[in-house]
Amino acid sequence: MDFKLSSEHLMARTLFSEFAENEVKPYAAEVDETEEFPRGTVQKLQHYGFMGIPIPREFGGQGCDSLTYVMCVEEISKRCATTGVIVSAHTSLCCDPIYKFGTAAQKEEYLKPLASGEKLGAFALTEPGAGTDAGGVQTRAVLEDEEYVLNGSKIFITNGKEADIYIIFALTDPSKGTKGMSAFIVEKGTPGFTFGTKEKKMGIKGSSTYELIFRDCRIPRENLLGAEGKGFSIAMATLDGGRIGIAAQALGIAEGALETTIAYVKQRKQFGRAIAQFQNTQFTLADLAAKVEAAKLLVYKAAYAKDTQKRFSVEAAMAKLFAAETAMEVTTKCVQLHGGYGYTREYAVERMMRDAKITEIYEGTSEVQRMVISASLLG
Amino acid sequence: MLNIVVCIKQVPDTNEVRLDPKTGTLIREGVPSIMNPDDKAGLEAALRIKDELGAVVRVVSMGPAQADAVLREALAMGADEAYLVSDRAFGGADTWATSSTIAAAVSKLPYDIVFTGRQAIDGDTAQVGPQMAEHLGIPNVSYAEEIRVVGDSLIVKRQFENSYQVVRVKMPCLVTALTELNRPRYMTPGGIFSAYREKQVNVWTRPDVPVDDANIGLKGSPTRVKESFPKALKGKGEVVTLDAEAEADYLVEKLREKFVI
Amino acid sequence: MKSEFSEYKGVYVFVQQVEGVIAPVSFELIGKAKQLAKALNSSVSAVLCGHNVAHLADELGEYGADTVVLIDDPALESYMTEPYAHAMYSAIEFFKPEIVLYGATTIGRDLAPRVSARVHTGLTADCTGLEIDPETDRLLMTRPAFGGNLMATIICPDFRPQMATVRPGVMQKCEREPGRKARVLPFGVKFERNDRYIEILDVIKKMNESADISEAKILVSGGRGMGSKENFRMLYDLAEVLGGRVAASRAAVDAGWADKELQVGQTGKTVRPKLYIAVGISGAIQHMAGMEESEIIIAINRDETAPIFNIADYGVVGDLNKVVPMLTEKIRAMKENA
Repeated sequence: MDFKLSSEHLMARTLFSEFAENEVKPYAAEVDETEEFPRGTVQKLQHYGFMGIPIPREFGGQGCDSLTYVMCVEEISKRCATTGVIVSAHTSLCCDPIYKFGTAAQKEEYLKPLASGEKLGAFALTEPGAGTDAGGVQTRAVLEDEEYVLNGSKIFITNGKEADIYIIFALTDPSKGTKGMSAFIVEKGTPGFTFGTKEKKMGIKGSSTYELIFRDCRIPRENLLGAEGKGFSIAMATLDGGRIGIAAQALGIAEGALETTIAYVKQRKQFGRAIAQFQNTQFTLADLAAKVEAAKLLVYKAAYAKDTQKRFSVEAAMAKLFAAETAMEVTTKCVQLHGGYGYTREYAVERMMRDAKITEIYEGTSEVQRMVISASLLG
Repeated sequence: MLNIVVCIKQVPDTNEVRLDPKTGTLIREGVPSIMNPDDKAGLEAALRIKDELGAVVRVVSMGPAQADAVLREALAMGADEAYLVSDRAFGGADTWATSSTIAAAVSKLPYDIVFTGRQAIDGDTAQVGPQMAEHLGIPNVSYAEEIRVVGDSLIVKRQFENSYQVVRVKMPCLVTALTELNRPRYMTPGGIFSAYREKQVNVWTRPDVPVDDANIGLKGSPTRVKESFPKALKGKGEVVTLDAEAEADYLVEKLREKFVI
Repeated sequence: MKSEFSEYKGVYVFVQQVEGVIAPVSFELIGKAKQLAKALNSSVSAVLCGHNVAHLADELGEYGADTVVLIDDPALESYMTEPYAHAMYSAIEFFKPEIVLYGATTIGRDLAPRVSARVHTGLTADCTGLEIDPETDRLLMTRPAFGGNLMATIICPDFRPQMATVRPGVMQKCEREPGRKARVLPFGVKFERNDRYIEILDVIKKMNESADISEAKILVSGGRGMGSKENFRMLYDLAEVLGGRVAASRAAVDAGWADKELQVGQTGKTVRPKLYIAVGISGAIQHMAGMEESEIIIAINRDETAPIFNIADYGVVGDLNKVVPMLTEKIRAMKENA
């Protein structure tokens, strides 16, 4: 049992914190206000290798571990949750499954440019009729003349219109249910692949959430990821990793809210003294700090489990459940400590509270996490 | 292939240093250590030359064992080799002894260009660079704001208070870099891992550095600190908290009293 | 100990001239050197390097130099490290001064360390105080240390000359005495080009020289609390109605909101204007080291615990985005009514 970060992890944290402070934080309010995808920031992330942290160097990545990646998402999300989820969706949901399930040729063709930062990735499972019940996917893929023909649509896709490479889930054999689902690598610009509406969201407003539409979209047979019929298990395995990324995002949001609130209560005066001097403030902050620390330990432990264990679903589910609910509670209480100002857009906690909510929903709602955890308990 | 040596110093982030309001003494606890900013500009200049023309960049630091961290940072930014000059015998050195020690260490390495920062934020002397150049017997150009390699020379834009000189200096030479020279790159995550897991920091102790005992450490330092004392701060004036309009009126009134307006 | 150095005599000042104009700091140093020479029962020599600069000796005499050592040579036409270092080195070897002072300018801070290494003697940088220890006759050199947090007094006990660079604007020059003459000693130095010589290809004047903040009587200075480059606009407005200039803290310069030229503080410029208005500057010690000598300091900051309030004559705790434009408007209105 050793809770000390190694020198390389400490230095990596310094790097992420410095980068996020200089390159991410100044644009956070603007990204939220304009709902624009932060392209300039993403280019910098790509340039400095932040888009392939846990991927081995031979595939264009940085050759670091999951803990390093998690700290990156955390530090970025502390300042801007939109930017955090862009990194997370790209890395956990697009790079990771290609790394884990892709052929050598697919890694060469797709993983290298993704992990080295030339291209941006996305992951598309959700459909209008398939949310928590991912088995309800309707999109079809039919093999014709060495090509798969895709028909259907995907919604709520992060990095939706900005990505270059997408992991798409579709049924190759509808009669087999989830066992008939397969995963495909689809490039932007493939004929028959278009974009529908952009979602107007409560938070993480710059993350380019789009509908993807496939009408007789023909992709080469070699773009099948893993074997036919393995789509559902690929999706679930990928989401286990994705949940650690979202847990890190939630952790970052909570930390960011706590930090800005601590500064605020020292400075804000009511009844002739700083509100930091009231016991209500002190005890609230104490509770929140303890929860944030607990969330951090769960998130880091899940990252460690991902690198050292074959299965880490329960660790990931616990980390995401706890970090997401902590983020929601911390931001809500931080808004409360800000009083009326906390409800205005002049203060970042307002945005953080809106951003926090999604972490309880996407990549498996809190209820799904509870299902995963309880199943492990009860068999 | 050019050989470039960059001298870097680990310094406390003096921006983070606070005075204890009661005792007037320094609060050094919890002050992070960083790579001296001017030195980082020198490193970035070296790495850009490496990117453009190809070069081997070696970083050298003199300091305690903890200075390992700034050398790793330099490696993570893209430096090729790192050397830590570290020994109790070198401790307590003033700029003269420091420069003679580092110059002796650098003389063991191949170099066409030696970069140092203009000055360190914890000392602000700006002396070690030019003194090293003298010990090495090479020309120095201080306060470099732009730099270009042309043949066997560097073209350097050198800052003065009200003007610049554009000069040509033949290599080998020493350049002292200003933060204005560039915006240093970030490390990469993979660079950090390789700095710790694949590369090494070579530690040079007293016997590794060809320098006379008379020219190192406290003994080799012509200057001595006689005493140091906290700086006396000016007394506190009036501070008011009013609404914005009343505050503006208050300031106008004070400026009038003092005949500023 | 004293007898060992008995051959070292006199307080010498390196005279910085560029294109025939002597830098003000050189006169300030002569003023200080006179005090030191008096305490040592000695005299002040100004070392004037350049080409066709003999006529400047009169001015040096009028400001208090007893002797002018004139090193006039084509090699010294423009400032370059090597020939100037060689000139100073030669003068020091020949005249054996007890003390040599240089301005802590970009030239002085380039030249003096090179000379100290060549002569093998100590050098203390950026001094703000110089005096003679009455017991030992040593030069006590006081300078800010550790980013301006501490003051340190430095001595150079075992080597001569004792050398220091001195921050411009800190010492007082003497009243000019028209007609006072210095003895001029032309001193020949042989210059041989070697690899340490550089070649000057071009000299570029900086734009808006007059914008030098250290010359301004009124400074409106912005820090991290400004929040953005756009917000600096309001400082320019305020500076304009006050007839002052805009300056900045290191945090604002590092954030890219203001030019390095405008930076006040330990790593920027030392200023002592009549009025210094610190807006959104918390007051890092480095910053205060560069402006605390200002005659009147006004601070506008949201955080009442900001250290800047400890040195401000007048402080207001509030939102700079509201106070600054209002202040500007009120002053403008007053001026228009007047």
